[in-house]
Amino acid sequence: MNRESRLGIVVSGSLSDGVAVRMDGHTSVEDVVVGHYVTIEGQKHRFLGMITDVKLDASDQHMTFFPPSADDDFSAEVLSGTSAYGMLTVTPYLLIGGAAQPDVNEPQPVKTIPSHFSPVGLSSDADIELVFGKEDDKKFWIGNPLDMETKLCLNLPEMVKRSNGIFGKSGTGKTFLTRMLLIGILQKSAAVNLVFDMHSEYGWKHRNEKGRDVKALKQLFGSKVAIFTLDEENARQRMVTPDFVAKIGYDEIEPEDISLLRQTLNLTDLAVDASYSLRKHFGKDWINKTLNLDGEDSAKVLNALNIHEGSFQSLKRGLTSLTRLTFTQPHVEQQAVSQILTRLENGTHVVLEFGRFTDIAAYILVANLLTRRIYDKYRERTERSIADGSAAPKPLVITIEEAHKFLNAEVASQTIFGTIAREMRKYNCTLLVIDQRPSGIDTEVMSQLGTKITCLLDNERDIDSVLAGTSGKSGLKGVLARLAAKQQALIFGHAVPMPVAFCPREYGTEGFYKEISSEQPNPKEIEEDINNLWR
Amino acid sequence: MQELSQTRLGEVIQASSTTFCAQCYELYSLPPLGTLVKTNEGDNELYAVVYQAFTEGIEPGRKPIARGKDEPSEEAVFKANPQLVKLLRSEFAALVVGHKRDGRVNQYLPPRPARLHGFVYECSSEEIAGFSRCYTFLTLLVNAKAETPSDELIAAVLRLMSASQEDPRAFLVNAGKELAALLGQDYARLKAILERIKP
Repeated sequence: MNRESRLGIVVSGSLSDGVAVRMDGHTSVEDVVVGHYVTIEGQKHRFLGMITDVKLDASDQHMTFFPPSADDDFSAEVLSGTSAYGMLTVTPYLLIGGAAQPDVNEPQPVKTIPSHFSPVGLSSDADIELVFGKEDDKKFWIGNPLDMETKLCLNLPEMVKRSNGIFGKSGTGKTFLTRMLLIGILQKSAAVNLVFDMHSEYGWKHRNEKGRDVKALKQLFGSKVAIFTLDEENARQRMVTPDFVAKIGYDEIEPEDISLLRQTLNLTDLAVDASYSLRKHFGKDWINKTLNLDGEDSAKVLNALNIHEGSFQSLKRGLTSLTRLTFTQPHVEQQAVSQILTRLENGTHVVLEFGRFTDIAAYILVANLLTRRIYDKYRERTERSIADGSAAPKPLVITIEEAHKFLNAEVASQTIFGTIAREMRKYNCTLLVIDQRPSGIDTEVMSQLGTKITCLLDNERDIDSVLAGTSGKSGLKGVLARLAAKQQALIFGHAVPMPVAFCPREYGTEGFYKEISSEQPNPKEIEEDINNLWR
Repeated sequence: MQELSQTRLGEVIQASSTTFCAQCYELYSLPPLGTLVKTNEGDNELYAVVYQAFTEGIEPGRKPIARGKDEPSEEAVFKANPQLVKLLRSEFAALVVGHKRDGRVNQYLPPRPARLHGFVYECSSEEIAGFSRCYTFLTLLVNAKAETPSDELIAAVLRLMSASQEDPRAFLVNAGKELAALLGQDYARLKAILERIKP
């Protein structure tokens, strides 16, 4: 460790609270930043850790009462680093070699702490690279650790094996981060994406906060991406040519969907119960028939099904408001679900734009309805593949926004998203949850998220819920609360060996587009494409 | 040869493991407080710093009396009473802070005290610079139990030593840092010393 990078020595600490590092006199506390990586040269191991706190301390508390005067440079120079010094709290995360295991290639999680007086220095790029790897056909570069040149690369095929979450306050860069991650998934062919794009920002170009247009998936990857829309007129206005205009038939809506919309449509519990009875009574076309029910017929049916008139009216009002959404029709010939599934099977990524239907009721209805059917198919196909040994379906990542509306404690057990977050990993289908109020998401679902990426959060409950169950939580809390309001994020969980505060790659510049598009498809893929052409 | 190039300050008249006392050959030719002096003890060259100096009558039972009532000046008192120079003596006490053995400076106490009647010399600038390359001697000064307040002594020693350095400020800063480590639990004392050595 050279003198420039050396920060100090370990003087005390514990595995649970991190080690205390007394800073050398020549380093200023102003040069170290919470979230920086440090390497600790222990006697037998090398440790990689993160600075989680910086503190000024004095060997004699009298100094804090009678400090030297401000113009006394001499005393200040003498005292700084000796009687008055900086202390760092470092949480060790990984073992990266050292005398006891010099040839180690894989960083190991720590189970001990460095011994007293081990020197501590800023990690070199080589150390960081050892941990986060290089960009390759599986690893995607999403950004750089704070103040470092090294690339932070994620193993995407590994990451999408579990559900993941992106959190952050509004305006902190969630959308850009998500777009980057979707590109990564697309590029590394780790999985196919299905994006429920509430604000139409992932498929076609979108304007950033500086008022500049940035390209999105379809523009960057052309035929690999299909845009579905619920709102043809809106797409036309935005000069987007959708691949498919999705319509939802009344007969596709099930009582489960209605139950999920109970709060949004302001339905009573009895009204929801009534929907189940009516579905059973009328069969597939129950909504149409319920809406046309009046007069004597109505009284007869309600009597037979033991439904109270008030509940029936409440349900009817709710159903009417659904039928007012222009993308719903009594019957649809070409079902959106089968269209989406065909594309996903071909490896085409699907972005479903909601256009002007940014109403949460429409979003919940459509997302839930489509996903439930996709879930059934995936489950069926995976089970078949296990039974007859055929290929399992391609891993699917479903991206949902405003996740707390689907996954809050009240409805998480009912919606299909709750089920996917909990168990669909086995069926090759995972979620990418995007949300600004993580505290609203059911704790059971939160605990199942493999990797969490979070931009700045400043609500105590949100921070707590994001970090719940993470080791070194108190330290990370400090790091998270001090992220810059823009373009900084913290990633931790399954996909990274240790938590990292990072600056996401800059999105939307010419250089970025070039880097993304210059990645050539591998020769095997080209050959396959040519073969398909002559088939 | 040594005598020619170096200033001889006096002769050891009392010695212990930690201090020695020397009498000056001339009345009032005392070295300043904090001066680095040296004397020989066999193969060892002892280094010490002056921590106390006094002038008194040679007979312990006889106190000097005032004689200048009718004299116009202080010099005239001595002129009128030439015996005074012989009846009074100047002495200084020095705290041992290290020794040189086989050409190597050790900043800890020597194995044996200084010898009586050993000559005491003032150290040259080069010797001071050589001795003050390391600051271990400050421990001896900080813990010294001398009549002179040790803060005053430390400050005086460092001020004088800094004059023989290429970069006096850097020397004082480093010495201050060493003191800060020694006096980590006693900020008031540290502050008092720093006030006194501030360049």
